[in-house]
Amino acid sequence: MTDVLPKTHAATGAADGDPAAAGQPLLRIEGVAKTFGTFRAVDGVSLDIKAGEFFALLGPSGCGKTTLLRMLAGFEAPDEGRILLGGKDIASTMPHERPINMMFQNYALFPHLSVRDNIAFGLKRAGMARADIATRVAEMVALVKLDGLEKRKPDQLSGGQRQRVALARALARRPQLLLLDEPLAALDKKLRESTQAELMELQRRLGMTFIIVTHDQEEAMTMASRIGVMKSGKLAQVASPRELYEGPRSRWIAEFVGDVNVFDGEFKLRDGHRLVIATREAGTLVTAEPREPVGETRLSVAIRPEKVKLSRRAPVSEAGRETAINSLDGVIADICYLGGTTTYRVKLDTGGTVQASVVNSARLDVDAYSVNQNVVAWFTPDDCVVLQS
Amino acid sequence: MSSRRIFARPARFAAITPYVWMVLFFLVPFAFVLKISLSQTAIAQPPYDPVFDLTAGWETLKTALAALSIDNFRLLISDDIYVFAYVRSLTVAVTATALLLLIGYPIAYGMARLPKSWQAVAMVLVIVPFWTSFLIRIYAWINILQHDGLLNQILLTLHLVSQPVVWLSTDSAMYIGIVYSYLPFMILPLYATLAKMEPALEEAAGDLGAPPWQVFWLVTFPLSLPGVGAGVLLCFIPIVGEFVIPDLLAGSNSLMIGQTLWLEFFTNKDWPVASAAAIVLLVVLLAPLLLYERLQKRQLEQGR
Amino acid sequence: MRKLSRLSRFNIAALTLGLAFLYLPILILVIYSFNASRLVTVWGGWSLRWYHEFFNDRAMIEAAWMSLRVAVSSATIATLLGTLAAVALSRGERFRGRTLFSGMLYAPLVMPEVITGLSLLLLFVALNAERGFWTVTIAHTTLTMCFVAVVVQSRLGSLDRSLEEAAMDLGCDPVRAFLSVTLPLIAPAIVAGWMLAFTLSLDDLVIASFTTGPGSATLPIRIYSEVRLGVKPEINAICTLVIALIAGVIVIASLASKLSSSQGESAAPL
Repeated sequence: MTDVLPKTHAATGAADGDPAAAGQPLLRIEGVAKTFGTFRAVDGVSLDIKAGEFFALLGPSGCGKTTLLRMLAGFEAPDEGRILLGGKDIASTMPHERPINMMFQNYALFPHLSVRDNIAFGLKRAGMARADIATRVAEMVALVKLDGLEKRKPDQLSGGQRQRVALARALARRPQLLLLDEPLAALDKKLRESTQAELMELQRRLGMTFIIVTHDQEEAMTMASRIGVMKSGKLAQVASPRELYEGPRSRWIAEFVGDVNVFDGEFKLRDGHRLVIATREAGTLVTAEPREPVGETRLSVAIRPEKVKLSRRAPVSEAGRETAINSLDGVIADICYLGGTTTYRVKLDTGGTVQASVVNSARLDVDAYSVNQNVVAWFTPDDCVVLQS
Repeated sequence: MSSRRIFARPARFAAITPYVWMVLFFLVPFAFVLKISLSQTAIAQPPYDPVFDLTAGWETLKTALAALSIDNFRLLISDDIYVFAYVRSLTVAVTATALLLLIGYPIAYGMARLPKSWQAVAMVLVIVPFWTSFLIRIYAWINILQHDGLLNQILLTLHLVSQPVVWLSTDSAMYIGIVYSYLPFMILPLYATLAKMEPALEEAAGDLGAPPWQVFWLVTFPLSLPGVGAGVLLCFIPIVGEFVIPDLLAGSNSLMIGQTLWLEFFTNKDWPVASAAAIVLLVVLLAPLLLYERLQKRQLEQGR
Repeated sequence: MRKLSRLSRFNIAALTLGLAFLYLPILILVIYSFNASRLVTVWGGWSLRWYHEFFNDRAMIEAAWMSLRVAVSSATIATLLGTLAAVALSRGERFRGRTLFSGMLYAPLVMPEVITGLSLLLLFVALNAERGFWTVTIAHTTLTMCFVAVVVQSRLGSLDRSLEEAAMDLGCDPVRAFLSVTLPLIAPAIVAGWMLAFTLSLDDLVIASFTTGPGSATLPIRIYSEVRLGVKPEINAICTLVIALIAGVIVIASLASKLSSSQGESAAPL
């Protein structure tokens, strides 16, 4: 029964005019800006979101992601720019007239209403018939697995159950777009992980468009099909999780999304598909030619810790020397055992430090390094990301 | 924020009726007090010469304005009775407020230290007497303090006094009455700030080597100052203008300003002088009133 | 030092003495209202004599009836106006004359009653209004709506604003969101505001003395004129009845609010 949910919004009753089919994005944000006093919270954001996407707005607190979300919901009016939903400008539409629903960060469940009435709230507003409301509520209750709790009040529910009620309430109207404001922030780690999986499964099954706001990069990477990283009111990069991690466009993004070693340096020469960059802390490094052309000026080389390999001595074979063209001598400065992996911090003879993350593939640590041991840290040119400084 | 703006328009609409009401029944009456305080006493009904008649047009208004007199205010300053009354009102208010703070603080502090569930009970217990009539509470004390009342009986039985003490019509009785009536107004704001205080702060002060009295004096008390301010103003302002308690419990040889005003109005039927007395009282209270308003506003409109 | 976080002996003593100070006089008053003897000094055994006397005292009964009518009507009007004022102040953001508005609402809370009473009387005289039930009701409404406004406003201020946003998100226009979400949640504060207004009105002597006319004395005015002449056991009986009435109102109201909050979805005015 839950599988036959139509994808249209109950209130507008718009035909199943799947905008994606027409090659048009479901949501188009055009140069949107919002200023509070003198603080430019959102500063010229443009973004297209296709129907059926699971999109994450990721950024540190105060980056403007929540303000952007609230503009989509209608709680803030943009000072500049347009917001088009299915091709129609909704900037002046009141929140209650938008076919968009939101799941609030603290859930905002109505404390005086039962679970059932919370879920039915939006349906009653839409003027749905009593019998239809009952059916829809039952559907939603089953969907989020809240059976048997319909008569409870929010304060009689656990955090996880409340989160489900909030989700069911927002989904009940079958919005064209569901906004989720830090939906998992109030849950503990274990519950958060299982809920992430459920949310993804739900989104796939309903074929709905979700936009989630989060400050947790792991959460964004796990759930979203595409991530928009925001910084100081601007979109810094929009990419798939993999692209974002492996090809960050700036040093800030590289550091915000996961751990990274960054060496500042200067362009030396171009050798076919290779760049040679002289760094202060790690000597001369060879990298692959970046996809986007970079100027022949000050550049940085970024390398993720898990792409840095450690060995007791430099490879001797010709082929080995070719892959380990960037090999740096140093000593182990400290060791951080994390269970699945171990992170070694290596103090380089050239002055800098580099972090290497090594998978603990064997239970017994016959292969482990110890502090003050001399090692060689090496990585391939292809694993390096060249960033404009 | 703009979701607030969406709400703001209908909310402002809600202001209209109460706004008009308050202007009509709170603000405008002060204009009348001011007007009558400037007019002459007359033996008539109502007992004052109308200063101006709005129906008579602007010309007569001008002559009427010229006839305004500050005689009533001159009287207030020159006559010792009034000056003494103001001085006494302020003295009584300061003394009573100090007493209230001394008595109320330990109670509020004790409440804030109770287990959470008990705090609610204690709070109700402090509020409930406030719900019972003010006049009744004063009357209850007359019962106790009268010549052959309970207090004297107890004192006599315990042989603490050899003959009944005169309690009624003394300043002690008045202070007892004031403290009794205003105690909840002192306790509640104090309790509110003390209960909000992080207990870890006192623990930290203790941990850093402060003995209990220093913990109190250097941490607890300074942090409770907003509550102290609110409690003091909440008691001080109305006590200055208090009428019922001094009238029923204190002696009649020195009057507070509320009593003089009442006397001028009801007994002497001198409305202009009573109005002038009210204006002066208002002026005296202006500074604490403004201070109180700012406190109220900050407390009720936080986080906007 | 450990003792700090716990309840010290000093705390307990302060609390006990404080509460005794607050309650004993009232308790004594209630007990003596059942005293058969006319003399307060002498305990003449339990008796309802003074209640009987009160119910045969026409003037007192009339005054009590007048007070009750004024209290109910002024509390009701004050609750309406005070709630509107609280909504305007907490949800209206900035509007012209806001400072004046809040000033007018907070000032009467501490304004000496003699001033409020006198100023209102002068207004009524100037308007040539016949003094009696309505003038007292208006005067009491003006005073008590400020208390209602403060009580409701503090509740509105502590309410999570995202609840209203959620209601709008789910299809309510602002007015609808207020009626279906905010109003039920502030209802206990509104009830408390009404009770406060009711008891303040029932209690007031000074403002009523100024604003009432001949022949329409309220109960406190009557009690006051009796008390000035000395203690009379009948007054004890009246006072006990007033206390019982107020206690009854409090109990009923708290029961009602408990009942409505424990009731299921049917209580929601959707």
